[in-house]
Amino acid sequence: MEKRPRSFYVLAVFFGFFVLFLYGPILTIGILSFQGPKGGLTFPMNGVSTHWFRDLFQEQAVGDIWGAFRRSFGLGLMVMITTVVVSVMAGLAFRKRFYGSGLLFYAAITSLVIPSILISLGVGLIFSQLGLKVHWATSGFGAQLTWTLPFGLLIMFAVFNRFDKSYEEAARDQGATAWQTLRHVVLPIIAPSLIGVALFGFTLSYDEFARTLLTAGSYNTLPLEIFGMTTNVTTPVIYALGTLTTAFSFVIIAAFLLSVWIMGRRRARLGSDAGKGV
Amino acid sequence: MQLRNRHLIGWLEASPLALVLAAFLIAPILMIVIVSFWGATEFSIYPAFQLDNYEFLFSSPVTYRVFGATLKYAFITWALTFAIGFTVAYFLAFHVRSLTMQIALFLVCTIPFWTSNIIRMISWIPFLGRNGIANQTLISWGVIDEPLEWLLYSDFAVILAFVHLYTLFMVVPIFNTMMRIDKSLLEAARDNGANGFQTLVHVILPLTKPGIMIGTIFVVTLVMGDFITVRFMSGSQRANVGRLISNDIGLLQYPSAAATAVVLLCTVMIVIAILLRFVNIRKEL
Repeated sequence: MEKRPRSFYVLAVFFGFFVLFLYGPILTIGILSFQGPKGGLTFPMNGVSTHWFRDLFQEQAVGDIWGAFRRSFGLGLMVMITTVVVSVMAGLAFRKRFYGSGLLFYAAITSLVIPSILISLGVGLIFSQLGLKVHWATSGFGAQLTWTLPFGLLIMFAVFNRFDKSYEEAARDQGATAWQTLRHVVLPIIAPSLIGVALFGFTLSYDEFARTLLTAGSYNTLPLEIFGMTTNVTTPVIYALGTLTTAFSFVIIAAFLLSVWIMGRRRARLGSDAGKGV
Repeated sequence: MQLRNRHLIGWLEASPLALVLAAFLIAPILMIVIVSFWGATEFSIYPAFQLDNYEFLFSSPVTYRVFGATLKYAFITWALTFAIGFTVAYFLAFHVRSLTMQIALFLVCTIPFWTSNIIRMISWIPFLGRNGIANQTLISWGVIDEPLEWLLYSDFAVILAFVHLYTLFMVVPIFNTMMRIDKSLLEAARDNGANGFQTLVHVILPLTKPGIMIGTIFVVTLVMGDFITVRFMSGSQRANVGRLISNDIGLLQYPSAAATAVVLLCTVMIVIAILLRFVNIRKEL
């Protein structure tokens, strides 16, 4: 192997600092959430305890953390499923280059780059003028979709740009209907990418703040609840909550990545029947 | 017949997306445009067609100052995220040799994207606070005698948080374009006597331009539309357009908020239109 140039080591150190920059702060609050009962918001540690985690599970003076978590989780699942289904359908549609597809594409890009507060404000105004009550499962759900769907669509573009059409043609040549081709050929091939879309759908919804702010109504989602806490909670309990929900995010991400990996392994093992005879 | 079929099925398949965007993107934008001409009393808003909101907006020096501040945040954040993002992507794409390692390190860079922005902001407090890690360290090293006051609740904190939150929006598209550069082009450059730096400037940088543009669009629009990072990291001491809007909302002055939102949207769209002249997004995925 070729000897590494000196620039490699310089850049490797730079990369190391970047990773430290990314993860350092969250590790710090991870450590600080184990503050002793008398500890404050910064170092030094005043003893080590799980006091603040226990505090989270007890009756809270402010807000309803567990209710907010349940709502965020439910909403995340709703957004995830909708994002996967709608993105796949739209991805299939865009392969056909139908009239007006360019316009729809630009609408999706607009949805991605529009300042989030406009969605929040606009949806809030529409609901109030129509005399409807904003609720996380209606207005909040729709507002979040404007953030997750463009990501799903972009992933589908990336997937179908690399998709080998000859698989479909082969299926068609052997007499498969359009639905059979989709069900037994296209979907299994793109399945790992769909897990990716699902990961985006769930996590972006679970952490979404700006577009949910004016559209969630009287029952907060978790990020809104956490933001509310920042203004009136001055104990490490907020770090404990931050640590817990970040750990939860990591578990979710790991589960998704693991399933992609397992699927890849399974496919490598079972994918080809070459040489096995039929 | 075949042709009409294709368009019809295309629209049927795209209809859920089209409906969601119509209801939660297009309609809200139209609503904001309409309401921006309405009037407001202290407690309610009423339909009207008046230009008062825009007149007030454009006659107030605060507006220009705040838009200036917003563009300043966007530009500084763009410059920093570009420098860091390009370097990181360059390292991953050209200096890490095995694909497995590339994917692993790339994931390390992207995982924070799937966690909460609010918590990532909160997590700077123990670092930057008056008695935070940064100040304690600097004092113990003897660099400073007094704690620095400008670390938290300042422009510095705002930009630090922006860079922390959004650098990966640069890393991902730039890395994606870099991975598709034909390695034989680099060999050709080297065979012709280019050194590493010349290859970087004359071969890699021009070929990476689409990725840089996509990253730029993300970072600039995210920063220009932000209101929560500025509010949180500056301790409500700094303003940008997003905060202007959210303050009006807090005071129930929806028409005024809507007018500001319309101007912000136009500004963002102009910036994107300029950037899109340099890149065709659909080809780059």
